[in-house]
Amino acid sequence: MRAGLRAAAAACALVLALSGLAGCSQEGASDTVVLGATAAPPTLDLTTNNAAAIPQTLLYNVYETLLRVDDGGELRPLLARSWSQSADGLRYAFRLDDRARFASGARVDAAAVADSLNRMRSRPTIEVVRTQLAAVAAVSAQGEDTVVITLKQRDNFLLYNLSGVAGIIIDPARRSDLARHPAGSGPYRVTGFSPGESVDLEASATAWHERPQVPRVRFSYYADATSQTAALLSGDLDVITDLTTPQAVSRFSDPKRFTVTRGTTNGEVVLGLNNFTKALSDRRVREAINMAIDRKGLLDVVWNGQGTLIGSMVPPTDPWYTDLSKRWPYDPARARSLLAQAGHAHGLTLRLRVPTLPYATASTRVITDMLGRVGITVVTDELEFPARWLDVVYTRADYDMTVIAHVEPHDIVNWANPDYYWRYRNPTFTRLIAEAASGPAGQSTAKMRQAATILSDDAAGDFLYLMPKITVAKAGITGLQRNAASLSFDLTSLRRSSR
Amino acid sequence: MTPLRRLARSLAELILSLLVASLIVYGLLNLLPGDVAQVMLGTNADPTAAAKLRAELGLNRPFPVRYADWMGGLLTGNLGSSVVSGEPIAPEIASRLAVTGWLVGLAMALAVLACLPAGIYAAVHRRRARGFAVSAASQILMSLPAFLAGILLILVFSVTLGWLPAGSYVPLTQSPPDWLRHIVLPVCALALVQAAVLARYVRSAFIDVLADDHLRTARAVGWRLWPALLRHGLRNASISLVTVLGLQLSTLLVGAIVIEQVFVIPGLGSYLLDAVSMRDLVVVADVVMVLVAMVLLITFLVDLLVVLIDPRLRVTADVQEEQ
Repeated sequence: MRAGLRAAAAACALVLALSGLAGCSQEGASDTVVLGATAAPPTLDLTTNNAAAIPQTLLYNVYETLLRVDDGGELRPLLARSWSQSADGLRYAFRLDDRARFASGARVDAAAVADSLNRMRSRPTIEVVRTQLAAVAAVSAQGEDTVVITLKQRDNFLLYNLSGVAGIIIDPARRSDLARHPAGSGPYRVTGFSPGESVDLEASATAWHERPQVPRVRFSYYADATSQTAALLSGDLDVITDLTTPQAVSRFSDPKRFTVTRGTTNGEVVLGLNNFTKALSDRRVREAINMAIDRKGLLDVVWNGQGTLIGSMVPPTDPWYTDLSKRWPYDPARARSLLAQAGHAHGLTLRLRVPTLPYATASTRVITDMLGRVGITVVTDELEFPARWLDVVYTRADYDMTVIAHVEPHDIVNWANPDYYWRYRNPTFTRLIAEAASGPAGQSTAKMRQAATILSDDAAGDFLYLMPKITVAKAGITGLQRNAASLSFDLTSLRRSSR
Repeated sequence: MTPLRRLARSLAELILSLLVASLIVYGLLNLLPGDVAQVMLGTNADPTAAAKLRAELGLNRPFPVRYADWMGGLLTGNLGSSVVSGEPIAPEIASRLAVTGWLVGLAMALAVLACLPAGIYAAVHRRRARGFAVSAASQILMSLPAFLAGILLILVFSVTLGWLPAGSYVPLTQSPPDWLRHIVLPVCALALVQAAVLARYVRSAFIDVLADDHLRTARAVGWRLWPALLRHGLRNASISLVTVLGLQLSTLLVGAIVIEQVFVIPGLGSYLLDAVSMRDLVVVADVVMVLVAMVLLITFLVDLLVVLIDPRLRVTADVQEEQ
């Protein structure tokens, strides 16, 4: 018995000692802001890997672009102080900010910018970069401060594309090991990378613009949402960049301890329909699916009512946004009669193959139930993400329906590709997208708006909702962007008030 | 059979098992659907770009060539590089093995320390309420998934009490006190379940010991129960315990994979899971082979240890040999 008591006393002493240590080390760490994110970057080389987690960490923080997208989706100067466009739209001239410096101290001059962009378009490893820079004929330096881009044909999206991954400017002298040591001109530089766990950023000594207020930032990656919320509640984390479990919001309701911001993203969650299959090539069936699903109800279940109903592939931060969420109102009776007209009065069976992502699997149950009520039997299949889903659904299009968020900016253009996994073929839509890109600039927005409406009218897919951006921060942390209009989790305005 | 011949045979078995395992591991991994080129290029890739990348990465070579290449690398100590990040795999495995090693080693030590008194206590008092209570508690803890144990510990010690961090890891070399603070909860989460499992084995082993003639004799000549148990019982019970420990070490490794996810610890488990989802097959094959080798090696060592502890086994083996 005495031994037991002694053991208990020793355990208590150990715990007390540990809690004492807890106090010490938190004091020392206060100049670091720890951000909890969900998906970890597999590598830091964003020229070879398309994972959205890489630009989330590096874009605007470590790498900079000629111009940037602000929180409202507007273009702003960054490395370029100003720019101009020739009357025929085939020549852009960018005037660089002469203060701009890479983390190595080297100047971001016109030669470096031209070198970087030329390399990006001549050796594109990721497809999105190749298509985004496809219209570029040449990039050249004129003197130290001016970069000229000439185009093969007009490209109304070029400026926007240059504000993303395709337009990052890499230090030409330091690009041998981008997977570990990104070499940009941003206010932060990478000081540590533990794949799957964390990325450490430190304010760059040569930051050429306003030095960041927070000297050190750590992105910590949590595969498990419960661990992530627990980490914020216990004080290990300062910010959750993207809360994926909306039920947990109520745990952060004390405004003295936490700030919760809700904004929009670029992530359209689409019930993708394989337009090539026999049943779904019939527009009436697609309309029926759109009318059989109560999107508001689905959002209530899956996201606790947070998120935005959009009705097409366009987020509100895009200039051609129109609210199309009422285009296919919830009407199960009409859905049933449409199905009957299409020859499925006695029922229809469809395969719903979803990735193993929380929002997708949660949506699956609701969709299965709602479609079941109008006579569509849904056979569900959960595919491990990314590998299996990409293989079965994306590459082989071996599916009828799927649910996935498309987070790339301006990704409505994917519908113009008839071989994309939706297998959507509409020449009018394709023509409108092409004209919006290379026609007169003044008509671009109107054409994009028209294309979005066609997509909605065609019931090409069911545009379930736009992912919400729920950011939770400890009280005292400010300067976080409300919306996710670009792929970046922008740290440039991050502040922590002194305690 | 002489001890030396026995050792040689076990070693030969070990090497053969490793060879067979390598073929199965590499073969099965190649049957997995999904490929790394597609994952790297994401949802904007066209088939030609994916095919080009696949060729660049050497993924379209025939299976025997890739297997021979990989095996040759393993034998010469070259584990290759990750396809996704381009980083060499060997140092990554080494650094992560150190982390997982601490986790598993400490959890096992803690579990053994806890299971012995609990198991013996439950055996001695098996006909009383308190003995039953210990058994029931271990039954409940046993059925607790390591994942849940981790979350519960986080809720109590990190969120409610705020004593210990809820996750992440600090290397021992960087700061021993911080390392200790970060590793306490994951080790406890692993050890808790493990101790419960082991306590049941200890209990049943000691129930046998209690009925044993040795013990009755010891008691008859005036030994008190606990010293007698420790002196005479422990050696007998340790034979089955060592065997079970060997087996449990592999389940502990699996448990560590889950715990590393919950506590965001950069160990071998999280490396493996990330590589699987990215279809970084060389990394997966290497890590799995390291795990297989460890399990086989443990089994081998356990066999040796049991023979060392239990002289009867050697005798029987010799007798059988002579017949």
